[in-house]
Amino acid sequence: MYRIVERRMIVPNLHEFTVEAPQVTMAVRPGNFVILRADETGERVPLSVADWDPEAGTVTSVFLQVGGSTAKLARLKAGDSIPTYAGPLGKEAEISNFGTVLCIGGCYGIGSIYPVARALHEAGNTVYTLLEGRSRYLLYWQEKFRPISTRVIELTRDGSAGYKGHISRLPEILTLEKIKPDRIIVNGCTFLMMRTSGVTRELGVKTIVNMNPIMIDGTGMCGVCRLTVAGKTKFACVDGPDFDGHEVDWEEFLKRRETYNVEEVQPLRRSGCASHY
Amino acid sequence: MPAKPIDPKKRPMPKQEPFERIRNFDEVALGYTLDLAHEEASRCLACKKPRCVEGCPVGIDIPAFIQCMLEADFSGGIKKIKEKNALAAVCGRVCPQEEQCEKVCVLGNKHEPIAIGRLERFLADWEAASGAIEKPDIGPPNGRRVAIVGSGPAGITVASDLALLGYDVTIFEALHEAGGVLTYGIPEFRLPKAVVRREVEYVKSLGVKLHLDFIVGKTRTVDAFQKEYDAIFIGAGAGLPWFMEIPGENLNGVFSANEYLTRCNLMKGFLFPAYNTPLKRASHVAVFGGGNVAMDAARTALRLGADEVHIVYRRSRSELPARLEEVENAEEEGVIFDYLTLPTKLIGNERGWLTEIECLRMELGEPDESGRRRPVPVKGSEFLMKVDAAVCAIGNSPNPLIAMTTPGLSVGKKGNVVADEETGQTSRERVWAGGDVVTGAATVISAMGAARKAARSIHETLSK
Repeated sequence: MYRIVERRMIVPNLHEFTVEAPQVTMAVRPGNFVILRADETGERVPLSVADWDPEAGTVTSVFLQVGGSTAKLARLKAGDSIPTYAGPLGKEAEISNFGTVLCIGGCYGIGSIYPVARALHEAGNTVYTLLEGRSRYLLYWQEKFRPISTRVIELTRDGSAGYKGHISRLPEILTLEKIKPDRIIVNGCTFLMMRTSGVTRELGVKTIVNMNPIMIDGTGMCGVCRLTVAGKTKFACVDGPDFDGHEVDWEEFLKRRETYNVEEVQPLRRSGCASHY
Repeated sequence: MPAKPIDPKKRPMPKQEPFERIRNFDEVALGYTLDLAHEEASRCLACKKPRCVEGCPVGIDIPAFIQCMLEADFSGGIKKIKEKNALAAVCGRVCPQEEQCEKVCVLGNKHEPIAIGRLERFLADWEAASGAIEKPDIGPPNGRRVAIVGSGPAGITVASDLALLGYDVTIFEALHEAGGVLTYGIPEFRLPKAVVRREVEYVKSLGVKLHLDFIVGKTRTVDAFQKEYDAIFIGAGAGLPWFMEIPGENLNGVFSANEYLTRCNLMKGFLFPAYNTPLKRASHVAVFGGGNVAMDAARTALRLGADEVHIVYRRSRSELPARLEEVENAEEEGVIFDYLTLPTKLIGNERGWLTEIECLRMELGEPDESGRRRPVPVKGSEFLMKVDAAVCAIGNSPNPLIAMTTPGLSVGKKGNVVADEETGQTSRERVWAGGDVVTGAATVISAMGAARKAARSIHETLSK
């Protein structure tokens, strides 16, 4: 069993989730993920790693409550235990001195891109961070990004913080901020990664995305996480999760992610809790 | 008293009726009753030079355990088996005895061979039901530490062999339940998970430690283990699924057999939503391949409520690699076999869901390198098959995680770890390997046979 050190909602529907798992902290690298189960009847859920503390032996993730399994996770409290917490999984993010790197995070990806940005900063890059969300109240961790970023830029759909609008404004924002990135890395929802890859293709800047398909084992065994990259089938769990966003077949990826949309919410209505009827 | 004439036939295995069993996930074969077991055991010729023992990859003293059964000494019988095999209840169920011990049974020259597997299962189940689990003598601790990668048949065998010799053994398992393919792959109706858990508990009772959720190659590397352990055994299995590499394979509704079976067996998808892992309940399912895994997937689909399940196989019935018993079970249950048929293209709707498969008829030509007649496409024979799910069960190769993270470990073309056939020794010092990770997907018992040899070699090397 793995003990929950903390589970708190940091912004609506997004939870910061810290678990005692010393065996994971010994090997974890930026870009890795873990697989966990909330209880003995639970699904295996992949979560990107957002931070870790080797001394305390703890690993932190940020997750979005979306279906039955994440609803279970969202009900856990400090001191509770979960039966499965396996990792680190996936290839680590490529860290090197690229020059200037723009890290874009949205949703849970604000959390998962943090260790990547930190490692890039430590590797001598000039790191700019762009946080994206519908509104100001959905952005978080600015104080963690500031010390490792030359600048933290915000982009909100309603303009309540930073620039107003969609990621499609990225070329304009780069001009206004006078940033010439050698590489862009995006973590977050599929649409953010897909749209970013769309606009950066025209800019000619290599763009790395952190793919988040359906998974079961996370070790290359089941193949449910397969996606097409540069015309070839890849397994996100062992060949990724980072891929070149300009090479991903986004249309196929979006459809595959929808496979279990109906089933994902079905357990919510059977929780026995009155508020779910 | 004159000797009773030998019954030429095996006692048939009592089974759930097909119409009944396709509606549940309970075990199909119910096991011999006491009377049936005794009658079957009495067919044994008690050969002076028993060929069956040589036919067994782990060398169980088969005539001796059958003799015990005839004397109603069941605890003596199971003890005999356990001298060589820690997984009697599993092997009695899933070993291809017809290719091994029973194939060479002297009785088989004239009649049907004796049903060795069914008797083995009877003894194992008798012991479990009795509640008094016999443990062989465990040697005094020798202070040597051994790490075992994977808790499937190979890992469990090495672990129990070495534990009995006094080694300090730890098994590392990537998934949240032990058993490897016995747990995630073979369905409940063929090998109940309670049986697997019982065998795992037995191995733990020998002092073997088990770490779940531990992915060797990721959580720790083999290199890191070498500093802490005197020997390492890799029994990580063949977990990387092959696809056909035809258009449309990434459509929704197309599964690897590993995914389909793992959702059902390990994750208990057939109990959704009580268990949270969903499994699509398709009405028309096509399974590609002709091995045991294909049979398992097809029969699983039936039990999940499919109206029609097809096995699509490019050769003919006589070339099916699956055990005959499993083919017959599938036929009885109503699986439709489309022989000499090759899927060439998967077609989906605008939402990305599989709707049809384009297939090609084949005919058998000259034998190929495997000795089987090569299937050749019949020109212009394309046709469409309407389905809403397809399961690809054409094979697996070893998981690359360990090979990728272990420098100096020799790996073959298909990603298999190269190991000496007699000792299991790899190109790395103090690292052994055995089972599917070496041979590619094969049988439970052949993995156990290789594991036994590796255990012996580990013991010899560390005793020097």
